[in-house]
Amino acid sequence: MADEPLVLGIETSCDETGVGIVRGTTLLADAIASSVDEHARFGGVVPEVASRAHLEAMVPTIERALATAGISARDLDGIAVTAGPGLAGALLVGVSAAKAYAYALGKPLYGVNHLASHICVDQLEHGPLPEPTMALLVSGGHSSLLLAPDITSDVRPLGATIDDAAGEAFDKIARVLHLGFPGGPVIDRLAREGDPAAIAFPRGLTGPRDAPYDFSFSGLKTSVARWIEAKRNAGEDVPVRDVAASFQEAVVDVLTRKAVRACRDEGVDHLMIGGGVAANSRLRAMAEERCSRAGITLRVPRPGLCTDNGAMVAALGAEMVARGRSASAWELSADSSLPVTDPHVPAHDAVHAHAHAHAAGAARR
Amino acid sequence: MLLLAVDTATPAVTVALHDGTRVVAEESDVDARRHGELLLPAVDRVLAAAGAGSGDVTDLVVGVGPGPYTGLRVGIVTALTFGSALGVPVRGLCTLDGLAYAAGLDTPFAVATDARRKEVYWARYADARHRVGEPAVDRPADIAEAVAGLPVVGAGAALYPEAFPDAREPLHQSAAALAGLAAELLANGDGGSEVGGEVGGEGGGSRARGAFLPPRPLYLRRPDAQVPKNYKVVTPT
Ligand SMILES: [Zn+2]
Repeated sequence: MADEPLVLGIETSCDETGVGIVRGTTLLADAIASSVDEHARFGGVVPEVASRAHLEAMVPTIERALATAGISARDLDGIAVTAGPGLAGALLVGVSAAKAYAYALGKPLYGVNHLASHICVDQLEHGPLPEPTMALLVSGGHSSLLLAPDITSDVRPLGATIDDAAGEAFDKIARVLHLGFPGGPVIDRLAREGDPAAIAFPRGLTGPRDAPYDFSFSGLKTSVARWIEAKRNAGEDVPVRDVAASFQEAVVDVLTRKAVRACRDEGVDHLMIGGGVAANSRLRAMAEERCSRAGITLRVPRPGLCTDNGAMVAALGAEMVARGRSASAWELSADSSLPVTDPHVPAHDAVHAHAHAHAAGAARR
Repeated sequence: MLLLAVDTATPAVTVALHDGTRVVAEESDVDARRHGELLLPAVDRVLAAAGAGSGDVTDLVVGVGPGPYTGLRVGIVTALTFGSALGVPVRGLCTLDGLAYAAGLDTPFAVATDARRKEVYWARYADARHRVGEPAVDRPADIAEAVAGLPVVGAGAALYPEAFPDAREPLHQSAAALAGLAAELLANGDGGSEVGGEVGGEGGGSRARGAFLPPRPLYLRRPDAQVPKNYKVVTPT
């Protein structure tokens, strides 16, 4: 236990300033400061507001995480940070903080991928990830199906949304129904009292010739909005609970159907679901049902670990240390479009970048 | 004493080390788009040049702007986390005060840096060590009268020769000047606290000679409240 890597992880890709500390696959601290309330009135995340909040929250959140974990920063084996993808200005605050923290303490730095972190966080809940793991990541920023033979070095995108992310569709429908932002939790709550079969909303990209693992939620969103408008124009009451339930059913149906199909096609017997939308109760229930029917083991972390947090970054960082992956260079940049195929950003020039940090400056590109 | 000074509030990424007597190492690079990538390697090289390690740093000073947001935050968050990791005090200084100190003038002048959007960040100085009033952001034409007849230091002056006919060097911020000013303040016992180093004015809204500021950004502008398309979050609770 004690010889497992002790890693601090920093996450600032969107509106949560997260700092987590893990030892191997054990969660020691998960401190978070959110600026979500400052964004609510805009109906979405305002990048400059998020970046300002990250700067304010950074040191207090680090110190809170250390206090909760009851460890000294000097005992850390490494510092991990989300290098991308995400909002450029927001990422830059976390990356700059992580570099300075790691450098000042003389610890290796690991710039890691936000999406791979969403998958790896499940190690803190359910132990080491099976290899390979199939992952369905669904949030306001992403909707993807990923196959991960090795979460530190080999993550393959099978499919992704071609328009809106699943979480975005929840936000937009909540707005049309005047339910406020964010839309996920309120639609989930209302849907429990509605009939999911009341209205037959379309299932995007489920035709025989459609890309089997890609998603589309834009058509569904438009269809739901039109249906609501028609009701209003006819002077009828909108059955909000039935609309919420039927809309949610359409999203969840497509997500789980495609995820289970990907597992079958690839011969994978584990499905991991992560991202903010993984907190949706109907998604969890339907995934459980369909997975057990297909003989697939479902792994979904608790809701607090599904949304963006620092623990997931620390979890992936710890795995990087455990597997001897190369550290990042001090030149590490925040990359708002870091491809999912890069689980981390190793130094260009070599294995032990930190021992040769001066050389790296000259050697870059 | 080993004071590490950094400033990323302007296109310059600049780092210096001061031992209490003199600047022992410094490095500056002008690249407005790569603050995040350039700063830490520069810190590493400056410490190496002085034969020091991160643990030898006893004081941190950071330029707190005013400056365009994204780059400005790089230096401040770097100083704050570096300071937190080592338990070393972090003090802020107005970036314009560094340029004023570097200019070395002993008669009234102004400092102006590029604020983009056809504006400048600027302040007036009685001499190299005494700022008059608070820094502001304005269109050059709107302040031409206020600085008429004064030399104007900094890249903001060079950019708008019609408003600032008497543009002077230096063009860019240097952490060496910032470190020199900070060392002078500390030697004079003007250290202040790292969270609230403001000192009383000298009357008429003026500020005493270069005072330390809290290590927080001087944005001088409100954020643009625009939500980008296709990037939103759902945050279930
Ligand atoms: Zn995320």
